Amino acid sequence: MSGIRSPWAHLSAMQRREARAGMLFVLPWVISLLVFTAYPVVASVTLSFTDYSIVQAPNWVGLQNYATMFTGDPSFWPAVRNSLFYAVFSVPLGLVLSLALALVLNMRAAGMSIYRTLFYLPSVVPPIAGTIVFIVMFEPQAGLVNTLIRQVGLPAPAWFSDPAWSKPGLIIMSLWGIGATTLIFLAGLQDIPKSLLESASIDGAGAWQKLWNIILPLLSPVILFNLVMNIIGAFQVFSQPLVIGGTTGAPLESMLMYMVHIYRNAFRYFKMGYASALSVVLFAAVMLVTIVIFRSARLWVFREDDGSGT
Amino acid sequence: MNPRSERSSAPDDAATADVAGPAKSILGRPAVRRKLQAQASSAWRHALLIGVALAFMLPFVWMVISALKPNDMVFSQPIQWWPSPPRWSNFQEVINYPRFPFFRLLWNSIFFAGTVTFGTVVSCAAVAYGFARLRFPGRDLLFSITVGTLMIPTIVTFIPTFILFKALGQLGTYVPLIVPKFFGDAFFIFMMRQFYLTLPMELADAARVDGANEFRIFWQIMLPLVRPALLVMAVFMFLWTWNDFFGPLVYLSNTSQFPLTLGLYAFRAQRDTYWGLLMAAATLTTLPLVLVFFVGQRYFVEGVKLTGTKG
Repeated sequence: MSGIRSPWAHLSAMQRREARAGMLFVLPWVISLLVFTAYPVVASVTLSFTDYSIVQAPNWVGLQNYATMFTGDPSFWPAVRNSLFYAVFSVPLGLVLSLALALVLNMRAAGMSIYRTLFYLPSVVPPIAGTIVFIVMFEPQAGLVNTLIRQVGLPAPAWFSDPAWSKPGLIIMSLWGIGATTLIFLAGLQDIPKSLLESASIDGAGAWQKLWNIILPLLSPVILFNLVMNIIGAFQVFSQPLVIGGTTGAPLESMLMYMVHIYRNAFRYFKMGYASALSVVLFAAVMLVTIVIFRSARLWVFREDDGSGT
Repeated sequence: MNPRSERSSAPDDAATADVAGPAKSILGRPAVRRKLQAQASSAWRHALLIGVALAFMLPFVWMVISALKPNDMVFSQPIQWWPSPPRWSNFQEVINYPRFPFFRLLWNSIFFAGTVTFGTVVSCAAVAYGFARLRFPGRDLLFSITVGTLMIPTIVTFIPTFILFKALGQLGTYVPLIVPKFFGDAFFIFMMRQFYLTLPMELADAARVDGANEFRIFWQIMLPLVRPALLVMAVFMFLWTWNDFFGPLVYLSNTSQFPLTLGLYAFRAQRDTYWGLLMAAATLTTLPLVLVFFVGQRYFVEGVKLTGTKG
């Protein structure tokens, strides 16, 4: 108790009143952190060392779940590969496309607010509804997309019916929902001082030079934010692959994303211990990737105060 | 040497040109050319914008077009861009379909998204105020932890929470989906704190000197000032909860309890070939959100500016 009392000793009566009020304001969140975050994280790690089917008490098995994962579960590595494939392609493509779109939407043109509304609209469509529409559009025989592709004379892939084309289909679909990322880039673009770009134009800088030497460096903190959030999101993609491939990840486990694998282990097979181990590994992977990105950020993220001295 | 001499000679050229010719025609001609260029680039911009807008709207438009077709015409060859005649009865049929009780599902979604939105807005408004404007020991550490929790994948906390609510006998109810949200949400606490920090300190200080307690200051002075941010939070939370799928999928089991998204998923699982009806159901699931979007449109764009992405 003395450790908690000591910071209070220095406070005046008014400061104490403020501190008490402050703690009361954040109390609901402290309860939430303890009950819905801290306890579950500890419980997940603990459960990952057990065999637990919910109906019977957990049974301590040590590291066996982790051993099963890496050597005994035939679906683990396909799920890891699928999720990595999805993240590696959908995140960079999404960032480049949403940045390009933000640049387009940042132009001066009449009726721009109408265009912005139209671009954002797909992002409010429920993922389940959007996925069903893409299943219809990507139908191999007579879907809209393949009919158009054949009219141009190109070979039409079987998309969600072909293990080689299902993930590219999913990635194309994910690009439809880049509205939120685009809006964040757009807000970042609008923070760039107009005077800076104008004086660059006067000095004879072309559009490409302005993009490369002014816009991208000033936007790099926003790029970092979007990169981290989108990678964390890509690792957890669930609704879309579930609607397309079900819990088996059809065709041929090509849609078996990591989250779908956790879902079926936890809530179909009720292997709570094993599912917890899978989610602990996901947690570790997300932490690792986030740390690596933040470390690398020192090399490519521009801080305004760095340049002020020169 | 060369660039410098060029640059230094430029003003001289301009000066001689100004003196040499009649002022009107020299000023007029570049202006006309500029205007023509501006018109050309404006046309080019609109062509680009319309092209990209069409590509983004296509799936949305295709959903509505297909919803107006008989089941066997959704995949007709050649492409039927406009159903003739439009089959409006698809909507009627879907609404009356017993496995997709539309009005029941709609009400569930409104109830679910509405209560979660209410709980999040109330709790985050208060908690973020505590973090932003009141000093207490351990505050900054607690806030760092709060931001850190944003990195935790949902599933890590989900499984033990599920076991907890199962032990409490709450499976098959909305309790696990709603109650936790009344205790705050890390992302919106973060966002609201940023917003409180932009408000001037003087107002609250003056009230404090007058003897107002912290709760009156929060309720009567601060809350009215942050109303725009509260609306942004409400619009986003409503949208995200409406589209939430994982939580309802795990916790709910009766069709009569489902929110619309889960009802649509179940409908698709049972009726894989009723494509026209399925598209009508998808349209009906999306329509309320499009309405919310158009009403709260302004707050979407503002919301992004409030999230403070420069951190």
